[in-house]
Amino acid sequence: MNNETLIPYVGIVTEITQQTPDVKTFRVEAPGGGKLFEHKPGQCAMLSVPGISEAMISITSSPTNTEYMEFSVKKCGCLTEWLHAMEVGQMITVRGPYGRNFPVYDELLGKDLLFVAGGIGLAPLRSVINYVRDNRDKFGTVDIVYGSRSKEDLVYYDEIVTEWCNTPGFNVHLTIDREQENWDGHVGFVPNFVKELNPDLKKTVLMCGPPIMIKFTLGGLMELGFKKEQVYTTMELRMKCGIGKCGRCNIGNKYVCKDGPVFRFDELDELPNEY
Amino acid sequence: MKKLSFAKLNEFFAAIAAKEALYLPVNNNVGKAEFKQWSEGVELSHALNTVRSAKDFFFPQTENLMKFKMEGKSIEVSDDRAECEDFVVFGVRACDAASFKILDSVYLVDPIDTYYKNRREHGTIITLACGKPAETCFCGTFGIDAADPAGDVTAWETPGAYMLRANTEKGEALLALVADLLEEGCEKAVAEAQAKTREILSKLPLAGLSTEGVGVGMTKELFDRPEWKTLSESCLGCGTCTFVCPTCQCYDVRDFDTGNGIKRFRCWDSCMYSDFTLMAHGNSRNSQVERFRQRFMHKLVYYPDRNNGTFGCVGCGRCLARCPISMNIVKVMKTLGGKN
Repeated sequence: MNNETLIPYVGIVTEITQQTPDVKTFRVEAPGGGKLFEHKPGQCAMLSVPGISEAMISITSSPTNTEYMEFSVKKCGCLTEWLHAMEVGQMITVRGPYGRNFPVYDELLGKDLLFVAGGIGLAPLRSVINYVRDNRDKFGTVDIVYGSRSKEDLVYYDEIVTEWCNTPGFNVHLTIDREQENWDGHVGFVPNFVKELNPDLKKTVLMCGPPIMIKFTLGGLMELGFKKEQVYTTMELRMKCGIGKCGRCNIGNKYVCKDGPVFRFDELDELPNEY
Repeated sequence: MKKLSFAKLNEFFAAIAAKEALYLPVNNNVGKAEFKQWSEGVELSHALNTVRSAKDFFFPQTENLMKFKMEGKSIEVSDDRAECEDFVVFGVRACDAASFKILDSVYLVDPIDTYYKNRREHGTIITLACGKPAETCFCGTFGIDAADPAGDVTAWETPGAYMLRANTEKGEALLALVADLLEEGCEKAVAEAQAKTREILSKLPLAGLSTEGVGVGMTKELFDRPEWKTLSESCLGCGTCTFVCPTCQCYDVRDFDTGNGIKRFRCWDSCMYSDFTLMAHGNSRNSQVERFRQRFMHKLVYYPDRNNGTFGCVGCGRCLARCPISMNIVKVMKTLGGKN
């Protein structure tokens, strides 16, 4: 059955974590336990609640996790509202993995990495970050710049503080948009924060977040002297098939589902500005 | 080369239909040709082409993909595809036969779409060379020869008889099935029919239509051309062009609650529609200009980019005949190529 690309697996939601007021993380396992399939960091899967709809969601857990897959979902549409209303034990359908991963098996090896994320944009990067943590000797230093509207809107906050901050060679820089009580960290937007941090030009950048954040952060990185060949991002557009056939997620002659979602900015430069 | 005299055409159809479903162009009650299943008494249309293309045979307008049984928190998935049986299509024109190759390049590349593949494997195509190409025809622009169409069997209409040439094993098997109705064919009659067709083709108003200015690697030059705005100004976004187009292959996937489980089906979709790319957080193609541009850039640049220069149009002319505002790919090509 699962050689049929459009026909999904059935998975069981075994744990639900409320990350922020509008983001939940769903742990999904095969009915007999274990993962439904293997994936690479940055790849995605089509999640569906039959009768509602199906949508492409990034796999936020690292492939080094052998027990389950995780998906972090922001409540913002029909399917996501339904997912947010689920209880543990509910089955959903999953098919994948789809798309091109972040190049952790080749180009990124040995590199110093700078992750830049805004809001729910940390979800696809978390897969890479935890892969790097579990393969610490294969990569250089890791800087993570992550911002959100408020402290409550920072996803994976507990994991960041207890695990990422305590990983050797990891530097985590958090920021929120506005001052608030119980926050003595940085305040301000991500693009400015990245410039203030003045990262070493040797670093390779992996970035995901709202389009406006990406636009200004990229501009700032260029001003600092980074080249587009050093900066990766991951895209999302409407998808139905996930396999380059239904025809809607193209940017010029590339399909985001198949040729992406991970692109380097010099590759995006070759494509029309329609995303 | 084999020969089938007109007098034996009905027997020929009957012999095929006795073994598998046979479809052919038939005039409907308003005199327009459409593909219908043959049965005794059904007559072959002599129209140049069907209103809808032949893509339906492999990529139907809607089809069931799977069904889900939902009970409490559990879900059961089952493959719900219809059984596919052998079938024959008679009278497919060169343009539609070429469109199958384009659909193949989407659906038969990894990962293979098995719904499509099953139908493709079960279908045998008998093409019919065009005797009287029309003013809206421009298949020649894309290197398609209306006088020598592809297909499992190619048929030519010659005085008193069809000449039949098998091109594939499937085609040979089909002709073997009806061997007792066939005589030895005549190459000369085919050559004469082809010469006549090519004579007409050379004088068609679109005979000189060129692909200059479009094609591989032209995204940067064409994407921001100001003419997209004027070309798309009157577009209604009705999607007629995509539905009659033999190469348009975009689809939507939807779920339907049958009252006894959920059916997931797919159906044709159109990049001309406003919700084609609509997401919860916005739309990457907000205006009709962008949607119009997408359709033509796909056929004239993006598809060639991905397929060694082959264009995503076969020049069948259906969109020229059907667009309610008389906009079409020919006008787009002439405008972009600077020859308007």
